[in-house]
Amino acid sequence: MYPDYMLESIKKVEETRPKRIELAKLKGTQIFPRMTEEEREEILRKFHPDYKETAKRELRVGVNKGEKVTKEVAELLESYARINPDDFDLTEWDYDTDVLVVGAGSAGLSASIIAAQNGMNVLLVTKLRLGDSNSMMAQGGIQAADQPDDSPVLHYLDVIGGGHFDNKPELVRALVTDGPDAIKWLEELGVMFDKNPDGSMMVAPGGGTCRKRMHSARDYTGAAICRVLRDEVYNNPDKIKYVEYTAIVELIKDDSGQVVGAIGYHLETKKYCVIRAKAVIIATGGFGRLHIQGFETTNHYGATADGLVIAYRAGANLLYMDSVQYHPTGAVFPQQILGFLCTEKLRSLGAQPVNKDGELFVYPLEPRDVEAAAFIRECTERGKGVYTPYDRVGIWLDTPLIDILNGEGTVAKKFPAMARQFRRFDIDITRYPILVYPTLHYQNGGIEINDRAETSLPGLYVAGEASGGVHGRNRLMGNSQLDLIVFGRRAGFYAAEHIKSGVKIGRMSLEHVKEYEKEVEALGVDRSHIAPIILPNYIPDHVRAKQKTAEYFGTLL
Amino acid sequence: MAKPKPKMVTVYIMGEAFEVPEGSTIITALEYVGFQLKKGVGCREGFCGACATVYREKGDHKLKGGLACQTVVKDGMVISQIPFVPAEKPVYDIEELEPNIDTIKEFYPEVFRCVACNTCTKACPQEIKVMDYIQALKRGDIARAADLSFDCIRCGLCALRCPAEIVQYNAAMLAQRLYGRYLAKKSEELDRRIEEIKEGKYDKELDKLMKMDKRELSELYYSREIKL
Repeated sequence: MYPDYMLESIKKVEETRPKRIELAKLKGTQIFPRMTEEEREEILRKFHPDYKETAKRELRVGVNKGEKVTKEVAELLESYARINPDDFDLTEWDYDTDVLVVGAGSAGLSASIIAAQNGMNVLLVTKLRLGDSNSMMAQGGIQAADQPDDSPVLHYLDVIGGGHFDNKPELVRALVTDGPDAIKWLEELGVMFDKNPDGSMMVAPGGGTCRKRMHSARDYTGAAICRVLRDEVYNNPDKIKYVEYTAIVELIKDDSGQVVGAIGYHLETKKYCVIRAKAVIIATGGFGRLHIQGFETTNHYGATADGLVIAYRAGANLLYMDSVQYHPTGAVFPQQILGFLCTEKLRSLGAQPVNKDGELFVYPLEPRDVEAAAFIRECTERGKGVYTPYDRVGIWLDTPLIDILNGEGTVAKKFPAMARQFRRFDIDITRYPILVYPTLHYQNGGIEINDRAETSLPGLYVAGEASGGVHGRNRLMGNSQLDLIVFGRRAGFYAAEHIKSGVKIGRMSLEHVKEYEKEVEALGVDRSHIAPIILPNYIPDHVRAKQKTAEYFGTLL
Repeated sequence: MAKPKPKMVTVYIMGEAFEVPEGSTIITALEYVGFQLKKGVGCREGFCGACATVYREKGDHKLKGGLACQTVVKDGMVISQIPFVPAEKPVYDIEELEPNIDTIKEFYPEVFRCVACNTCTKACPQEIKVMDYIQALKRGDIARAADLSFDCIRCGLCALRCPAEIVQYNAAMLAQRLYGRYLAKKSEELDRRIEEIKEGKYDKELDKLMKMDKRELSELYYSREIKL
């Protein structure tokens, strides 16, 4: 529960609430003016963390050399391999498969299912368990333009406008035109979407959308999808083999430059394995656990951008690695849930962001980068944030409005996860607002793909958050869940097509790793910089100082 | 305001005493004392079910279950993590099933041995009425079982405590898929839109958008009608 001094601020929120309720009843979500193009650009420039002078630096190695990227990404990419390529005999292998899928979130699971359906033998490898992913944690929804007043054309405009027009057009088109079919596919596999009595989909607005397009499964949307896909993988044991607790630490190429396999590392036995494959699909997700600029994150424990590192070393080019998504509403109080996601759907259904005096200061459904920048401005320049006993600052999200505006029981029915999260710490979100601040959420850029999920390297496919280009420099709510399914399926399908057209594997080699390391060495990078990181390390410094023989492979600092 | 110095409490990790800051969750307590976690940890936000933990509180003989990422330590707490439950998961083809009691009987016959002791419900960290959905399955009420079990994150604590050896969460998964696939009323709008896209209804407009430069797109974007 909140300490007394925070309850004082909550009183002010309660005082302004009746007027805000009237406003919402009159104007729906339009309770504050939306920003113009110029206003958006200005607030981003002044307050979004990406626009800080120190946020980026030039990347000094690899194919994107010379481009500015997020500083932590540059540090990660300018690193040595975990392995010595000379230690590996690549004329023998532990696994031989058609398709190797790396990562078992919804993109990897979808890719596996579709590749198997197209006759391929699939090896699905994940460093934790099947389904352990950001996909599983998505709450709010999945977009698809299936409503009568909506269309893929409007969806296209929302996606590309939200992404600052930097998105790759062919990827946006694939996303929006596959959207409705992706929803259908999921439902036929047994995903339980929220529906109206006539069977039509229940939809909500999202930040930066011009129509209600957000499909949901309560506020466990990602979990509802991911668990069904995982169950379907379990149901195909003949076609899909899976290996857990094994991180992929390098890709293998052949003498013709194709990607033809990977090196795996078992987290507990510390054994390495050689995997031979006719095509590789990277679906390893994003980089939230890099804690860019010291931000807390909504991301899964394994979100350390491993796929990005190994694909880049192999020569695949990256897109928009200068752009980071901060979700506007990360939890700030209580301390135990710092940085955890508070779904955007709360705002979709009427929760209003207000400052310490209970005043509205922003349209609740701006695109995420703009909304986050407005929250930061309120807490910094305007000094209207609320501090926690742990010196964290945030603004209020007035969640009691949800039941007031939509009827009692709405929170219980539509936000069981959110309500439970706070109830565990004695906060009833139907009675009290919650304190929020932007939190590191999503890797907007990634490995460049085309609409067949192909990269610049033959044999290498990417799907989901690890890929770049779909969302430009800012993703909208609900488009990542769609991305996972659309490009997961495409990756599985086109990898199968590629293999069916005849793939000849030449002499397998890790020569590219050696070449890359030479570049890193020439920069004088310290040998302790090793990637992929695999897992973050949260052991406090005073304890680590005593762990004198422990290996901290990949630790960034 | 300076960060207050935390008060320390004693917890027993696999029986061994450690001092950790008050207010830590079980996960952060484990990391605080020096464990680099590889198993028994996942999303860290209560959505993945990887960190099922059995614990006992000081002066209490009862074994309780919780998620390590969501459970705050108490002084004297004894903690044992359960990173994996070796439960059976039968293989089936969702396209070949019927959403009725016979399907439940075929794949999860042990459901019908439920003795209604409610231990599963007490063990659930998600506050799910586990016993109630098992009872619904016994009646062949797939819809109710799917609804009641919806928030399940498959941590496995119910199955571990069940005296009738039921794998509740896998049976729930089957019920949910049967509901989504067969019982949920289908959306005609969705089917219509899929048809329209296949027929190429939007191709011309999309072709046009794809060729537009940033300026043209921006004008179109900022002037689009917003209907929410």
